[in-house]
Amino acid sequence: MSTEQRSGGEIVLKLDNISLAFGGVKALTDVSMDVREHEVRAIIGPNGAGKSSMLNVINGVYHPQQGTISFRGKVRRDMDTHDAAAQGIARTFQNIALFRGMSVLDNIMTGRNLKMRSSFIEQAIWFGRARREELDNRRKVEEVIDFLEIQHVRKTPVGRLPYGLQKRVELARALAAEPSMLLLDEPMAGMNVEEKQDMCRFILDVNEQYGTTIVLIEHDMGVVMDISDRVVVLDYGKKIGDGSPDDVRGNQAVIDAYLGVAH
Amino acid sequence: MEESQATFPRYLLHHAKVRPTHPAAREKDLGIWQTWSWAEVAAEVRALACGLAAQGFQRGMHLAIIGDNRPRLYWSMCAAQALGGIPVPMYQDAQAADLIFVLNDAEIAFALVEDQEQVDKMQETMPQVPSLAHVYYDDPRGLRNYPDVTSYERLLEIGREFDRGNPGFFEAEVDKGAAGDVAIMLYTSGTTGKPKGVCQTHGALIAAASGGIEFDRLTADESILSYLPMAWVGDNLFSYAQALVAGFTINCPESGDTVMTDLREIGPTYYFAPPRVFENLLTQVMIRMEDASRIKRALFRHFMAVARRCGAEILDGKPVGLGDRLQYRLGDWIIYGPLRNVLGLSRVRIAYTAGAAIGPDLFRFYRSIGINLKQLYGSTETCAYVCLQPDGGVKLDTVGQPAPNVEVKIGDNGEVLVRGPMLLKEYYKRPDATAESIDADGFFRTGDAGFFDDSGQLKIIDRAKDVGKLAGGAMFAPNYIENKLKFFPHVREAVAFGHERDMVCAFINIDMGSVGNWAERRGLAYSGYADLAQKSEVFGLIRECVEQVNAELATEAGLADSQIKRFLILHKELDPDDDELTRTRKVRRGFVAEKYVVLIDALYGDRKEQHIETLVRFEDGRTNMVAADLQIHEAKHFPATARQAA
Repeated sequence: MSTEQRSGGEIVLKLDNISLAFGGVKALTDVSMDVREHEVRAIIGPNGAGKSSMLNVINGVYHPQQGTISFRGKVRRDMDTHDAAAQGIARTFQNIALFRGMSVLDNIMTGRNLKMRSSFIEQAIWFGRARREELDNRRKVEEVIDFLEIQHVRKTPVGRLPYGLQKRVELARALAAEPSMLLLDEPMAGMNVEEKQDMCRFILDVNEQYGTTIVLIEHDMGVVMDISDRVVVLDYGKKIGDGSPDDVRGNQAVIDAYLGVAH
Repeated sequence: MEESQATFPRYLLHHAKVRPTHPAAREKDLGIWQTWSWAEVAAEVRALACGLAAQGFQRGMHLAIIGDNRPRLYWSMCAAQALGGIPVPMYQDAQAADLIFVLNDAEIAFALVEDQEQVDKMQETMPQVPSLAHVYYDDPRGLRNYPDVTSYERLLEIGREFDRGNPGFFEAEVDKGAAGDVAIMLYTSGTTGKPKGVCQTHGALIAAASGGIEFDRLTADESILSYLPMAWVGDNLFSYAQALVAGFTINCPESGDTVMTDLREIGPTYYFAPPRVFENLLTQVMIRMEDASRIKRALFRHFMAVARRCGAEILDGKPVGLGDRLQYRLGDWIIYGPLRNVLGLSRVRIAYTAGAAIGPDLFRFYRSIGINLKQLYGSTETCAYVCLQPDGGVKLDTVGQPAPNVEVKIGDNGEVLVRGPMLLKEYYKRPDATAESIDADGFFRTGDAGFFDDSGQLKIIDRAKDVGKLAGGAMFAPNYIENKLKFFPHVREAVAFGHERDMVCAFINIDMGSVGNWAERRGLAYSGYADLAQKSEVFGLIRECVEQVNAELATEAGLADSQIKRFLILHKELDPDDDELTRTRKVRRGFVAEKYVVLIDALYGDRKEQHIETLVRFEDGRTNMVAADLQIHEAKHFPATARQAA
């Protein structure tokens, strides 16, 4: 599969001169980056480089002190989480954030929350519109379950699943929202080789089949170089590299940041 | 029985006419069971056949079919047959490199496969399989940007258009089919040598299917779960031949991982599984019982003892004392019934097992809880149809009486010979092998050693070539010993050695699920299979199993010398990807012996430990070296207590 087919879409998300600080700690300093429609965009960097902060700025968990964000043409100071979700940005978290006591199916159903229009009362008595909605949404959820091949744990409480599967369920919940942009925070952390391969396959399939734009943070360089179209590199809250995987691999600043400078 | 038809496509058209709305196939898709009636299936097969014809598929050509059990793949078999073509189902978990030989041998030009994984394999093999030109796929996921492959839907469209332009074409093609035409070609997994293509005719398969249907009084109302590899003759007989002849319903599970759940939802009335499936089911039950509360465990133990005592006799309608009968009734209410339900076997009227010998204890367990499990005997070359056990005449150690219209006799060397309408036509392009396996009188050499017991039931001892002699002269039947070991939930696989040796030694593979659970409950930390396998606690556990087998062997006529003296637990699981097992999961004895020759030497030497390095192949074809120091342990021997048999 060639990567050329995917990149080259127009810019859908643009972050300009973003600075974010927590008290005296500067998480991000004057970082600019953009994301093109339909690409797989990776954010990499050593621990504490500001990668997760970057994702949190994109979907409005953090509000940067400086800079602007423009998403689909609309320029704003910061995003709002609810607004981001409503506009089709979904995400997964570095440490799994699922409802542990609920079944896989129910967890994924929560991803459909924004698509439901019926009122609380209607849903409580499961009548008329609520019932139709539930059926439609369930169908959508089943498609996601089928897509991520987790049929066998459909009714299992999430807390009982192994880590790799929980990660997949989290991805499923994000996909159930039918996002146009998916933010993945270390989707492969703590997985074994086989689980990583599966996850890579799923990410590429999502990108290809649903045309979803993907922004991901990942530490496994093999994975990043294999599946991303463009990579941005952060170190100590600053951007030190941006470009195709090959460009980034040859970038001296990036090599220094990762391997340390030779003495 | 209804009027008989000569070919499978004619059976399909027959059912579409006689019972058009009766469900022919179900598949769980998006969480819901989807149903297709016989009329719908007939229409789909018609379109499919026309599509293949429009693409250049002709009489006598082979159609490769690779994938999990999907109704569409079964239908494509029928479509190929309607055109006088020959479907060749292949193992879906075989690697591309293994498929090349079969694809070339069968001169495959057309392949219909399940999904991206299989399409990738086909494209990988293409440079080395010049004949392969057309690849069709069922599941479009991930295949959007693939060049030179066609979707199943598109093939149907092409077919419908062709059908409109050529009305009557399909009927004419079906009419050309005759009972003597080859209906299917199945490659034998081959514990030795290259696979051979076994050509079976419509007539042979239909004879085998109708014989079985008559024998067990199967009707169009049966419902079965189709989950065994399509390339296996057993699945072909049950899910395809018998389903088409009797007109009953096949149900395809959602995925390989959901079979247990799907089994419970469908509640089949007729069930077929190789012994390892029954073994796995039992292992799961045992694991769950160990985690159950004390009261439940006590109840389970008590009533299983009752079932062991009288369950099988009650199932066979033999006289049983009133006390036991009442206890069994109570047990049925609180233990056996719920257990059958959990296993998904509540509605099972007839269950069969075949493919390998089943451990007598395992077999007794299922019968004792009221499941009518029977054994049958057969092979790819005989359409899995040689001997069947009749209701009420089930024995633990036989495979039953010769099936209707089948002749069985024992050759001079103890080999089982069979003759009947279900025999193979030939091995594809291998007249030498065909001549070698069928003698002048038309008897097929099964390669199994066996004899008839007093009641006329056939008893199989082992593969004829595997049965050997210990240095002391006693008979050595490795399979028999291994099966005894494998009945323990903690033992997944075992390989016994002893031919021309002075004692019996064994390799053992622990069952990761069962032993892992056992270790967890004891707070025993381990990092993976290799680590767990070498824990001294695990050795203790396995030694108990081995010694129990020794105690049993000591009581059996002529087998006291076969007690296992020394054993070791292998550092890796035996795997078909490493050629140690066949795709149907039978141990390739010779290969294993050769590969692990240092371990065998260590077993027969007096070493307590042996270092070994092994090449391991992962599912995606990559390889890695695994090294380990294996400990060798001794097991206690028991004095022989059986009187020596004449």
